[in-house]
Formats: sequence, structure tokens, C-alpha cells
Amino acid sequence: MKIGLFIPCYVNQFYPKVGIATLELLEGLGLDVEYPMEQTCCGQPIANSGMEKDAIPSYQHFVRTFKSYDYIVAPSGSCAYHVRNHYDIIPQSADVEKVRSKTLDLAEFLNDIIGSDKIRQARFPHKAGLHQSCHGLRGLRLAQSSERVLPAFSKWENLLGKVDGLSLVPITFPDECCGFGGTFSVTEPEVSSKMGSDKVDDYLNNGVEYIISGDMSCLMHLDGIIRRRKLPLKTIHIAEVLNSHG
Amino acid sequence: MGDFNHHLTHAARSASFLEDEPRTNWHNGAVMNFRKKRDATIKAIPEWEELRSLASSIKENVLGNLDSYLEQFEKAATENGVRVHWAADAAAHNSIVHEILNRHQVTRIVKSKSILTEECGLNPYLESRGIEVIDTDLGERIIQMRDEPPSHIIAPAIHLKREEVSELFHDRLQTEKGNTDPTYLTRAARLHLREKFLKAQAAITGVNFAVAETGGVVIITNEGNADMGCNLPPVQIHCVGIEKIIPRWEHLGVFLRLLAPSASGQKSSIYTSHYHQPKSGGEMHIVLVDNGRSDHLGSPDFRNTLKCIRCSACINTCPVYRRTGGYSYHSVVAGPIGSILNPARHPEQYNDLPFASSLCGSCTDVCPVKIDIHHQLYHLRQTLTEKGYVTYVKKTIMKMAAGSMSHPGKFSRSMKWMKRLLGAPRWLLYSPFNVWGKTRELPAPPAESFSDWYLKNRKKT
Repeated sequence: MKIGLFIPCYVNQFYPKVGIATLELLEGLGLDVEYPMEQTCCGQPIANSGMEKDAIPSYQHFVRTFKSYDYIVAPSGSCAYHVRNHYDIIPQSADVEKVRSKTLDLAEFLNDIIGSDKIRQARFPHKAGLHQSCHGLRGLRLAQSSERVLPAFSKWENLLGKVDGLSLVPITFPDECCGFGGTFSVTEPEVSSKMGSDKVDDYLNNGVEYIISGDMSCLMHLDGIIRRRKLPLKTIHIAEVLNSHG
Repeated sequence: MGDFNHHLTHAARSASFLEDEPRTNWHNGAVMNFRKKRDATIKAIPEWEELRSLASSIKENVLGNLDSYLEQFEKAATENGVRVHWAADAAAHNSIVHEILNRHQVTRIVKSKSILTEECGLNPYLESRGIEVIDTDLGERIIQMRDEPPSHIIAPAIHLKREEVSELFHDRLQTEKGNTDPTYLTRAARLHLREKFLKAQAAITGVNFAVAETGGVVIITNEGNADMGCNLPPVQIHCVGIEKIIPRWEHLGVFLRLLAPSASGQKSSIYTSHYHQPKSGGEMHIVLVDNGRSDHLGSPDFRNTLKCIRCSACINTCPVYRRTGGYSYHSVVAGPIGSILNPARHPEQYNDLPFASSLCGSCTDVCPVKIDIHHQLYHLRQTLTEKGYVTYVKKTIMKMAAGSMSHPGKFSRSMKWMKRLLGAPRWLLYSPFNVWGKTRELPAPPAESFSDWYLKNRKKT
């Protein structure tokens, strides 16, 4: 099984530690992982701005870059969701279909393809709250959303439940959006920030030290608010938690 | 705040709503209460998801055969002694209603809640022709007294605190100054409305469901105001959007089980009233209104929206609506569903609304008829951009970014340049041009990117 590591463009530049943790986690499972250097961006910011036709070259570039891998794994529910669901506007060649169906979020890949019991036990002795990104939650269905009357499950909690020392604290509004929303964060900055601030307060009121999420974009927004408000809270990607062996 | 005529965008209106943070928090909580009650009620309905699928497929069938159901409805209603009228647009609707009232020399009417008549601007139309229109839903009466539009489709005065209602009633209904007791205020409104009911010469209502099989209309209220209106005066007029048709009487059970829980968390509304024929010696009219609905039906990407039963669940769950208020959407139907309905019909006026969303998808999961609301918002963004409704600056920036995405070298250079920018001195970095930085810190740039690290540590040469 050959894995193509898809590191979202902003993670590559701003959060290299998340990329390294993801790579080490996958390598630790004995997988053949490669990071194709030609990768750029999945095109989501362009498409969410209403210009998906302009994003088509980036879609085609993504498919060319990743078509030879058995799975394409990304530490991002949001980017994986975009490839899976919005690459429907280009001709659906065998390569496109393969890339779309084989692009997985890291938590999804570990749960569904590897099995959560195969992962080396991590240790993260902290009180933390989970942030379910909307694209992970309702887009990729990595957990059950509170709107539906269906059996509960959570691929994130499956993985985090096995981490030694981690105490996962429930928050009051577990699937309220953090307000990042890509370009929404700068086109509607006031409401975006208010949503983020309310979200941060929810974690604060529930006494957590860390906010753990599968999407750095939500965390970039929440962390920006936390640092501006000088709050005693930290954010961390789920890959870093699962790769903690201290 | 409730003035829709200024060309202010959702973002600008939201910013001013958010200036009063305690009030924003209060509004968020008040609307969230609907969602919480909904959740509590539906958790006791194990077949909830099946009901949603069933309702969605019944509506799918309706949308595919709307013409024949409408004709069936007209035939059945006519046989019941009802007069059925067809209105192509708002103007036709208003003049049909006026013509009926005029024929009976009506100068005073009572009206129960109808978003359709708001959409058509019926109140000002009739008022300018010398007819007194009294909205009898308590919330609607409150905003009517304040000369404001509704800010929420089922709770039109949700944006007002009881202190404000108390002041208004003191002014208009001579209640005690400073008495904010809801029971006291509601009783005062009831007395005031009773008098209006007794004097009304005709009643107008909205309609929740029109049953093709029986020709009957179903009207749902919590206050019984539609019935108070319809049962007294000789003339009753029911205004119906053509998408409100359901094929059979038996289908009603599916929708009634979904509507009240989705709307307010009630298992059932207080009054579910069925009107089939005129009262003896009276007249019953039904006005079937298109007003852009058949155009909407013809656009495959957006026709699903016509399944909407106006429950407001998407509005109540929307994290943006709750924190920005109904007026920020500058239209009669606010929130996620309004952000599709309005721009799909009037793109020149409402092209900001599909962008007034973080696309979190809660609206789609909460919708009792399974409208793919946030997917439609995404598609509308594309459609509106293609029609040219995107600012030049945004377009230029996005085109520049898109242009580099298929060229790894170029892309990596521009990303590095962006990262370097983050290392600029604080006074420069957090200038007024940095919209992000008004409320949030930017990420601290790391020493090396992941790709640099990978080249050094993993790349086989």
C-alpha cells in the first residue's frame, strides 16, 4: 500500500509540526509514505469564493500529483472533503474517480483502513476538549452530528480514547461551528470572530487545557482569538496528540 | 435596523448588530432555545430520519407533478364551493385580494401569519387603498405596531425584549408603565385583538398545506388567531404559495409530525385547522400564488428549496443568524433558506447572502424535508460569480491565487512570500488593512516549512 501524503498548503507553511507528526504516525505503522513535492493547494479557497471554474487547473494538478497512490491521506477533514465532494465539476476520468474516492482524512484513514487498535499507544496527560470541524463532522461524517436521530459514533474519539493520560472533556455545544469558514473569516470578520470567541469560551468554561482538532484551519482561527485574548488555552492537531510519546 | 431599503450588505449589518455584545448573546440564546427544544422533542421520535426521507420524497413527487396536483386541487376546492384564483406574481396577488375586498366594501380586515403576503407586500398595498389591516399573530402585531418587518419567520418579534414590548404596549394599548409580566402583556394584546376580530369584515390567512385530493387548506397556529379570524366575518381569503401542495390527506400526518417539533420543539402545534368550504352565507377564496416559484422549479440546482415547509429549523440552528439577527439578511425570509430563496429570485439585490454562511452544514442536517441547504449556498456562490456579482478586488486576488496553484514553483514562492510577510513588524502587520488581525493574532511563522523539513530529512537523493 503506497500512501501519498497530502499536506494542506497553509499547514505546510505555518504548521510544519502537524505535517511531521502525520508523516511519523503513518511511517510508524510501517506504511510506505511519500510526500509528492509538486503538490500545491486543493483549490477550496477559490471555490468557496464562488470561483470554482478558476480552481479547475488546481483540481487537475492535484489529480496528476496524486493519481499513482493507493491512498491519499491528509491531516485535514476540510481539504479531504473538498477533493471528495467538489472535484465533481471536472471530467470524471478513472484517475479523477480514483483520487476522489481514495483521498481520506487522517482520522478516517486510521479508523477505517488501518484500525484504531493498530496504532502505537500515545501518551498525552492533559485535560482536553475535542473540536469537531464541520467538514469532518457533517461533510465526511467522522462523527454523528447532534441534529440527527441516529446512533452516536466518533472516529476522532475512537482514536483519542486510546491515548494514555488524556482526559477528554465534553463541551456544552460540541458541534457548533467555530466560525472560520475559509474566506468567510475575512469577508464577515465580525461574526466569524464572535463565533470563534463563543467557541473558545465554551472550552474555557469546561476547564480544558487543550483544544484538539483534525483541522488546523479551525485551530488557526481559534488560536488567533486565544492569543489575542491572552487566555490559558492551547490548540493542538489530533496527529500531534496521537504521535505524542513523552 | 429593520430598514431593507439601504444597500447595506449582510456583513455591514452584522457588524452593527454585533456592536451590542450583551444583546447579541441574548439573541443567540433566545433562538438557540428553539433548537434545544427541537432536539429534546425529536430524540423521542426514533423514526425521525425515516419521516424526513418520506417527507422529502413526497415533496419530490409534488415538484415533479406540480401542474397536475394544482389542477386537482382547484377542481376539488371548486366542487367544495370555494373560489380559486391564480396569481402569477405579487402584483396579481394583491389586486385579486383587493378586488374581493372591494366587492364586499371591506374596510377592516384581520390577517393571521403569512410570509407569502409579506413577500407580496400586501399590507402596504391594502393600507394605501384605505383598508385597515390588523396582523393578529401576537409577534406580528407587535412588529406591525412598531412598523417593522419580521425578523424570523415563525417568531417575527424574536429580536425584541419584553421590556421593549412593555414600552410599546404602554404607548399603544395604555398598559401600566414598566409592567413586563408576559401574562399581563399578552392579556392586554388579547383584549385589543378581540375588538379587532369583532369588527373585521374579512379575514386573510396564510396556508401551511393545501391538499390536492380534498381541495382543503390546513392552517397551523399556536394562538388560534387564524380561526378567530376565519370563523367570524363572512369573507375568508387564504393565500397559498403553489409549492404548499401535498397530494393526499394521508400525507399530512408525515408533515404534521415534522413541522411543530422542527419549529418550536412542540410535539404538535396548539391549533391545526382544516378549511374545506365556505361557512353558510359566506365566501371562501383561495389565491394560488406563483411569484417566481415556477422559475425556481425550472432550475435543477435550486428546486429542492421549494420543498421548504417554513419551519425555521435552519434559521434557529444557524450560528450566523443567531449572532446577527434577522434584519442582517435585509429580506422577508432570513437565515439559510432565505439566503437561497432571495438571491435565486433577485440576484442583483441579494448576492451577498450566500456568502453570509460558514457553510457549516447544520441547516442541511436539521431540515425536516432534507433540503441540501448549504450545498445550494455553495452552488449559488458559483452561479452569482458567473453572473458577475463578485467584487473586482476579490476576483483579482482569487484569480492570482488560482493561477499559481497548478504551478508548484510559483505557488511555493508565493506561499513563502506570504510567510515572510508574517514576520513583519507588528505595527505594519496589524494595520487596518489586516481584517483578520482586528480580533485575531496571525499564526507565528515557523523557521522552516514542512516541505523544507521533508527535503532535508526524508528525500532520497
